[in-house]
Amino acid sequence: MSSRTPETRATSLFMRYAILVLVALIFVFPLVFMLVSSLKPSLQLLSDTSSIRAFLPVGNISLDNYTASFARAPVALFIFNSIFITSVTVVLNLVICSMAGFSFAFLDWKGKDVMLSVVIATLIVPLETIAIPLLLVVNNLPWVGLHGIEWGWLNSYRVQIVPFLSDALTVFLFVQYFRDLPRDLIEAARIDGASWFQIYAKVIMPISGPVIATAAILRFLAMYNQYLWPLMVTQSEQYRPVMVGLQYFFQLNTDWGQVMAYLSMITVPVLAFYLALQRAFITSIASTGIKG
Amino acid sequence: MAGPSLVILAVFLILPFFLAFGLSFTNQRLISPNPTEYVGLRNFESLLGVGTLTLEPLRGENGDLILGDDGAPTYPRLRGYTRNNPDYPHLNGMREWISWSWGENRIYLLASDVVFMRALVNTFLFVLIVAPLQGALALGLALLVNQKLKGINAFRAIFFMPVVVSMVVVALLWRFIYDGQNGLLNTLLAFLTFGGFKPVDWLGNTSTAFGAMIAMSIWQAVGFHMVIWLSGLQTIPEHLYEAARIEGASRLQTFVHVTWPGLRNTAVLVLIVITMQAFALFTQVDVMTNGGPIDSTQSLVYQAVQRGYGQQDIAGGSAISVLLFLIVLSISLIQRYLTRERT
Repeated sequence: MSSRTPETRATSLFMRYAILVLVALIFVFPLVFMLVSSLKPSLQLLSDTSSIRAFLPVGNISLDNYTASFARAPVALFIFNSIFITSVTVVLNLVICSMAGFSFAFLDWKGKDVMLSVVIATLIVPLETIAIPLLLVVNNLPWVGLHGIEWGWLNSYRVQIVPFLSDALTVFLFVQYFRDLPRDLIEAARIDGASWFQIYAKVIMPISGPVIATAAILRFLAMYNQYLWPLMVTQSEQYRPVMVGLQYFFQLNTDWGQVMAYLSMITVPVLAFYLALQRAFITSIASTGIKG
Repeated sequence: MAGPSLVILAVFLILPFFLAFGLSFTNQRLISPNPTEYVGLRNFESLLGVGTLTLEPLRGENGDLILGDDGAPTYPRLRGYTRNNPDYPHLNGMREWISWSWGENRIYLLASDVVFMRALVNTFLFVLIVAPLQGALALGLALLVNQKLKGINAFRAIFFMPVVVSMVVVALLWRFIYDGQNGLLNTLLAFLTFGGFKPVDWLGNTSTAFGAMIAMSIWQAVGFHMVIWLSGLQTIPEHLYEAARIEGASRLQTFVHVTWPGLRNTAVLVLIVITMQAFALFTQVDVMTNGGPIDSTQSLVYQAVQRGYGQQDIAGGSAISVLLFLIVLSISLIQRYLTRERT
């Protein structure tokens, strides 16, 4: 290897970058196509697909598709629903799961080990395998609303939020992180007479930034991109999130320019968020991997 | 303090899980005026019932074969055997799943629920193709972005990008790429072959639809597993590579003797995660093909949802869910057994 001349090294470097760029193109071209197409009238969009123009913002470029998609479907409502459901779920999920993690990591109670194994065992039950019976469960749950007790949770925000307020992976991530924290911190706080809840809120959570970020990113992606569950539980548009709202663009005649505008609107914020916090996103995925 | 978490898991995960088992032995519907009844294994029988039938060709009075218009032997109608034929009670209500010729005879594999069988076979095919292929491609990408090059982080970020995009969005975009008339894939292939390539309707063809779906699924998720491989790669101590370099090992030798042994645990994890994700195949099917053309892209979850939600047949959907869970469980146990640490 040391016998290489500078020329071959330069070629090798060029080859490496060439491969990387080629692979990168494979991963970005559908997204570039989406963004560029969202700016074109449908007819031009379709005819442009026969050449490289499909990826270039040329021809009749405007934001018309965006305004038209707002007219076609209650887009603002869908976006609000998604943001509301996702943010409420992520925040409450983190509180509930971190409390559970704290309890499993630091408190002594009967049956703790058994319970933790049960929680971890639920990791291999994908939502998809229980979605159907879960539908029956939520359809028979009570809720105390403005008009007294109501039965059935279908068509509501709660049906999209409450079932996801706890999940095994998040609990597990917190347990794992808490167990590695120095015990002295807890002991010192106990001696000072702090309650367990105070220790959780004032001592442990403030130093748990990394695991909170990891869990928040994973939950955010899972919730925002959910499809199967909201599809089943929201028949009325009032509670539909963005992914289900997409159906509006396929009723009657499909206008692909509007579809692309809508797809861009629901994707770009997430992509921007990802690119800004890229390192954190990748670390959080990686951290689900290290444990095994 | 674990209370809220445990209550939620119990009500929304563990309860439905056990309910699925219970309901699969009943005729429960989402909303029904009739009381729920115990029906035993009927749901499973109507999903899994299979039978074979061998038919001899029709012969004329002199014993010659009666040939059809295409010159091939003709056979008695299948319906004569599967519709209330007292001599074949076990085949009642079944339909042709697959058939092939064996000498002069024609052998039929019949199933009570042909669509479910397609879904079952497809889901297994999907897992068997996606798990090794996606795992290997993800490892390739991880090795690519594990090089020490300027700007490598940007490439890592790009390869990972589809993972954060919803499968709904991805599936729709690929519907466009695979389109028969305006599809980008056809344009690209025509360009690469100087116009020699005839356009294909990738999702409208029974022979290409499922493959197209597999390719897209890998494109979307491969970055996820690249990152898991990458974190495994980075746990391999630098001094091992150093030692390999000093001993003059080739790149391949270094991979076989240093990199791969260090990735053992990661490999197990990647395989299990991909397998579990692959069994959950639903969104792609729903957005791209609705299971078609001619059921060539059916999947188990899609079938469960069609029944449990579409037809409000909670019991039938639950029975599929139970089968799916048992499959996932046994596969992950088998994988764990096969990849266990040998001591």
